[in-house]
Amino acid sequence: MSHILLRHREIPDINQLSVYKKNGGFAAFKNAVMKMKPNEVTDVVKNSGLRGRGGAGFPTGMKWSFIDNKNWPHYVVANADESEPGTFKDREIMEGNPFQFLEGLAIGCYAVGANAAYVYLRGEFWELGSSLDEKIAEMEEAGFLGDKLFGTEYSLRIYTHLGAGAYICGEETALLESLEGKRGQPRVRPPFPPAVGLYGKPTIINNVETFTNVPMIMANGAEWHKSIGTTDSPGVKIFSLSGRVRKPGNYELPLGTTFRELIYTHGGGVQDSRKVKAIMPAGASSSLILVDDDKILDTPMDYASVRTLKADLGSASIIVVDDTVSMDWLVNKTVHFFKHESCGKCTPCREGTYWMSRISERIHDGAATRADVDLLLNVAKQMQGKCLCALGEFSTMAVVSGIERFRKDFDNAVKA
Amino acid sequence: MSKQVTLTIDGKSVAVPDGLNVVDAAKMAGIEIPVFCHHPKLEPVGMCRMCLVEIGRPVRDRATGQFVIENGAPKIQFMPKLETACTNKVEEGMVVLTQSAKVADGQRGTLEFLLTSHPLDCPVCDKGGECALQDLTMAHGPGKSRFIFEEKMHLAKMIPLGELIYLDRERCIQCARCIRFQDEIAGDAVLEFEDRGRTMQIISRSEPGFDSIFSGNTTDICPVGALTTTDFRFRARPWELGAAPSICAQCPVGCNITLNTRREAMTNGEIVVKRVMPRQNEEVNEIWICDKGRFAYHYADGKQRLTKPLVRKDKKLARASWDAATKIAAENFLKEKKDFVILASGRLSNEDLFNLKTLADHAGGKAYLYSHMAGGELTALVGVGAGTNFGAMGQGTTIVVVASDLYQEAPVWYLRVKQAKERGATLIVLNPRATKLDKYASFTERYEYGDEAKAVHDLTKNGETAEAVLKASNVVVLYGSEGLGVAGSQSLATACAKLLNENGFAGKSNNGLIGVWERANDQGAWEMGFTVEDDLAKALKGKAVYIVGADPVNDDPKLASALAEAEFVAVQDVMETATTEIADVVLPAQAFTEREGTFTSGERRVQRFYPAVPVTGESKPDFAIAAQIARNMGVILEGMSAVVVFDLLAETVKSFEGLNYARLAEVEAQLPVAGRSDMYYSGTTYANKHGLGAHLSGAATRGEKVSIPRVQKEAVPHPKDNELLAVPVNQLYHRGTTMMTAELLHERIGAASVSLHPDAAARLGVQAGQTVNVSFNGTSGAAVVKLDDSIDEGIALVPRSMGIAIREPVAAKVKA
Amino acid sequence: MSLAQKYSKEVKQILSKYPPEGKRSAMMPLLFLAQREEGYITKSAMQDIAQMLDVTETEVAGVVGFYTLYHEEKAGKYRIQVCTDLPCALRGAEKFMDDLCGNLGIKVGETTSDGVVTVEAVTCLAACDKAPMFQTQGPEGIKYHENMTVDKTVELINSLKNVAEASK
Ligand SMILES: Cc1cc2nc3c(=O)[nH]c(=O)nc-3n(C[C@H](O)[C@H](O)[C@H](O)COP(=O)(O)O)c2cc1C
Ligand code: SF4
Ligand code: FES
Repeated sequence: MSHILLRHREIPDINQLSVYKKNGGFAAFKNAVMKMKPNEVTDVVKNSGLRGRGGAGFPTGMKWSFIDNKNWPHYVVANADESEPGTFKDREIMEGNPFQFLEGLAIGCYAVGANAAYVYLRGEFWELGSSLDEKIAEMEEAGFLGDKLFGTEYSLRIYTHLGAGAYICGEETALLESLEGKRGQPRVRPPFPPAVGLYGKPTIINNVETFTNVPMIMANGAEWHKSIGTTDSPGVKIFSLSGRVRKPGNYELPLGTTFRELIYTHGGGVQDSRKVKAIMPAGASSSLILVDDDKILDTPMDYASVRTLKADLGSASIIVVDDTVSMDWLVNKTVHFFKHESCGKCTPCREGTYWMSRISERIHDGAATRADVDLLLNVAKQMQGKCLCALGEFSTMAVVSGIERFRKDFDNAVKA
Repeated sequence: MSKQVTLTIDGKSVAVPDGLNVVDAAKMAGIEIPVFCHHPKLEPVGMCRMCLVEIGRPVRDRATGQFVIENGAPKIQFMPKLETACTNKVEEGMVVLTQSAKVADGQRGTLEFLLTSHPLDCPVCDKGGECALQDLTMAHGPGKSRFIFEEKMHLAKMIPLGELIYLDRERCIQCARCIRFQDEIAGDAVLEFEDRGRTMQIISRSEPGFDSIFSGNTTDICPVGALTTTDFRFRARPWELGAAPSICAQCPVGCNITLNTRREAMTNGEIVVKRVMPRQNEEVNEIWICDKGRFAYHYADGKQRLTKPLVRKDKKLARASWDAATKIAAENFLKEKKDFVILASGRLSNEDLFNLKTLADHAGGKAYLYSHMAGGELTALVGVGAGTNFGAMGQGTTIVVVASDLYQEAPVWYLRVKQAKERGATLIVLNPRATKLDKYASFTERYEYGDEAKAVHDLTKNGETAEAVLKASNVVVLYGSEGLGVAGSQSLATACAKLLNENGFAGKSNNGLIGVWERANDQGAWEMGFTVEDDLAKALKGKAVYIVGADPVNDDPKLASALAEAEFVAVQDVMETATTEIADVVLPAQAFTEREGTFTSGERRVQRFYPAVPVTGESKPDFAIAAQIARNMGVILEGMSAVVVFDLLAETVKSFEGLNYARLAEVEAQLPVAGRSDMYYSGTTYANKHGLGAHLSGAATRGEKVSIPRVQKEAVPHPKDNELLAVPVNQLYHRGTTMMTAELLHERIGAASVSLHPDAAARLGVQAGQTVNVSFNGTSGAAVVKLDDSIDEGIALVPRSMGIAIREPVAAKVKA
Repeated sequence: MSLAQKYSKEVKQILSKYPPEGKRSAMMPLLFLAQREEGYITKSAMQDIAQMLDVTETEVAGVVGFYTLYHEEKAGKYRIQVCTDLPCALRGAEKFMDDLCGNLGIKVGETTSDGVVTVEAVTCLAACDKAPMFQTQGPEGIKYHENMTVDKTVELINSLKNVAEASK
């Protein structure tokens, strides 16, 4: 099957404007602006069943329809913060197929009546930021951005904005704070960004991959999109495959593809032909799927099916863990990540990640007791359901699932 | 009144105004939901997670929008997770559970998290006894710690954020109340968090550190002992303190305060004031006070207190009896008859000023208010009407501030005006130079020094501002004395009064004129009929002078020489001053902390203060001393009881009609509910149990015909080529008598300064920071150069009360 | 010279991206600008930015302190920031880090004696399939280096040293 998102893999130089245009680029945007009403665009996206690719899987068209039309101006922000350990798909899109992403973003802007959009890139994507700036300039030159587009009254400008090293800025309200030049700490919700967002104005925030789906949906129709993937999760998804596999990388596959196909058919199987011990389907924020039965690998990767394994698909960053890895090491790793990235705003996350890191370190150093393992589990549970944003919750996922599903690894690591 | 919403909290049905959050709604209903980061004056942030409760909402039918009814009652759907009561707004039919096992578990959990890195040093913590963390841990916390003590974070415990406030990083619970207060309320965003996660800490990078005149308030709202004042830390335990309601005597705002007192060895077993705390009065200061009010109280317990009457004998002041001293004074005043002059300041109470004025009237003498600012007879006529409340001003109100730097002159009015603007009021700032209030102004107009009255006159001529003033429902004008002496402020006041009177903005609540006076009770003096004298030196020369609560000898060499040539000088004051040194008779007065009385604020609100500490030595209240002198002059005045003096005053002075001490002591419920019983909620502010005070009536309110005289244009001096026009400006921290005893503030007071335009400085060959000589009319002094590019090149700003005696604009020489 | 004078063109261009009410948004790009030459942000640069954006120096410091790519202290001219996060660690990043430090004779967080490179461990850089990998942060901005070996890294460091030498 040819790619829908990672089209650069088939079409060389599609990151050149001329090549992108030759392959149908910007026809959808032009058509939308010239021939469609904004809410008609939203309706197509709604009907397509597209769900956000940033992690939460929220229906995209529905989000767009929430924009507050009593308060202007509107903004659109592309979430290109991509900081979840194990996720590296947005970067490939923006490097390989940037115009499709930018076109999707432009269509989104038109749908919600925004005349300005920001692409919030994690600061580490410094070079990517400059290259996107060039692409945006080319689009302006070619008349795809600027004032009175295609002879209509619609104007649009897109700007890039670099973060500076903070995972939390992927959370949409922290991202907005950061974009406003502040410390990237999440805001209280509600109000949600479609009501009160950037500079207090209605704002739509979507993931890069989400936007990149839009031009093809506009070109081929909602039904076409629904025909791919599953009913619950239509369309394709880029699975970022990492960990102990032979061929890590991004794989664009229909939602509902099985873990087995991804890991064995595409990823070339596990390194050194070892056994899969666990899978983290949503990066470090994931619960650890216990792969004690080979059949588990036949679970389809869509939002609903992954939930039956007591985990979430999230951004579909599939980290494969084999039987050489001890979970006390892995949990120590994720806990440290979250301790480092906790913004510090809310008590349970700030104090809990710190406390967990002290215990998990002790366990990993062999200086702990079984009671400490219980305490770690208990502290994680005490955090659950109490944090201001999802980061705090994420930090407990590997801990709780790790201890509950791989208790032996922990018991082996402690003294008594 | 706003829409009411009915909800159920812990089974109790309560009706509260729409828009309230659940914590505040519960509070109104007398149900306590513990909080740390939430504060009723700050925007909710939902960060501490202490207020987690169970919230259920009625299910609505998708089609009809009606509540779904189940078993005869609306079906309630609870969220699976606990929710923060501080960020959720009340909704019709909402059900809140604050006492369930799930909630208790959440509260216990949050407290356990907070305590994991808390030092638990309550026994040595200044906040012990009034600490939210301590209180809530007792009520909801875990019994013992599961956190290994050795793994606790160890952080710096004595970080001076500035010289006034210390930070203990171990105790801080990262609630951000202090940061948010400085940003949202004070408008001085000089605190921030640095770093993130568990290493997140409070920092201040301003110069000087914690550069805000409201810094002390953060120590009140800090829910732990992380922020303490240098003044109070390690000085006493909160539970040992007495508390007396009082009124701040530092400026015309009239903030309600509580004086915390203690008997202690350090002062030979005397009871002294240990700290000044805010006391809630939502119509005056809410729950805030400025740092001057908080820290500059030491004069009352100063070492230089006068304790006994003194009489000059053989050129030396010698101790005398009250009888002898007052008799000598009376004899000398009687002897001079028409040349008897009383010079009293707005530091005195209404009762004192009433007695003094009555004495002057009966003895045929003059009663002058010691002030460089005129126009009070106009604020008495068209001052703001009864019921005026900045806290209620918003859309439809236009506030004009002219010739005043409110941040420096009346800090809490600055806050109130800023907030009124944020609620939708229009703010017009008229000043020749940039001031902090400009940031919030809807319109800023610059005029040249000397053109104050014209600037006010032109307000209604210029399109945009004319509309803002003339189309407003309410107009309040605050006028000050920046760049003005007596004559100038008189014409400015007249222009303001005219504008208000002619356009129907007088005689109503939230309308009228406010004088930004120098002292707490200047307005009271005006109401009593005191006047100011333009050429005070002339008015004192050769007279028998009775100086009360003022130090002219120190303030102005010209007044010093005039007094040297006076026939007789009696000085009545709280402490020794340069003026008591030249007196023939010295009469020791009680400090306002030692007695009762009333002040009239600039908003014409009369408020009571109460005795807090025992009387020093033989000192007496000013009104009593005046009565004793009067008796010796054959004039009978009440000298025993302040209450009685006030009753007489209310009978005599029209604007005080109908007021009495009981009326002034009345209180009514205030929102937000604040006070000592709930320190975790509103901080350590005191509840107001002793009176919210009452407004005076104005002539316009009483329906009397008000006519405003013509505006007299004042002639501004014309500096020669080698001169600049030196203009007086007012600065919060200065070298006045009451300030210099506050040693902590010395660094902020700094040296006398002169501000020049950078080009003017270049022309004179002087640089910022350099010490120069400023001279005019025989006065001269050293001043440190500051640069201000918002003023004209020909101007030199000279702060008042900083050592260079400047009363009004003068041509001056500035030399390196 | 103030930041606004020194980089007037860049500053203007940065400010033009945001609406007037969102002026503060220029904070982060201006901080990168301020850090460009020395590799860390000086107090005077923070004061410049505060003035340009009508905020306090404390607010600027608060932002600097939140983000890991801003530095207040001088380090090596180039920071080599190795991702040792979970996915990279599963692919040998920790061993790579140990070997690299061993080779350079420094510990994580330390700077080589010639002041050219500082080696740091960082969290996920979104290149998990190309571990071991790191980014360099230096005067020219941030660059990714993927599928690295110690040999290739040493080669890179040598070339950075030459650049540093040449620019002296
Ligand atoms: C801690 C945290 C980190 C996140 N990081 C990212 C991210 O890097 N990229 C992203 O697109 N969404 C991220 N999200 C999700 C966003 O908050 C938001 O849901 C998403 O951008 C919405 O876009 P979508 O509907 O297109 O998925 C993160 C959420 C959380 C709580
Ligand atoms: S200093 Fe006090 S008020 Fe400020 S954040 Fe820390 S605990 Fe809160
Ligand atoms: S990460 Fe800070 S509260 Fe969620």
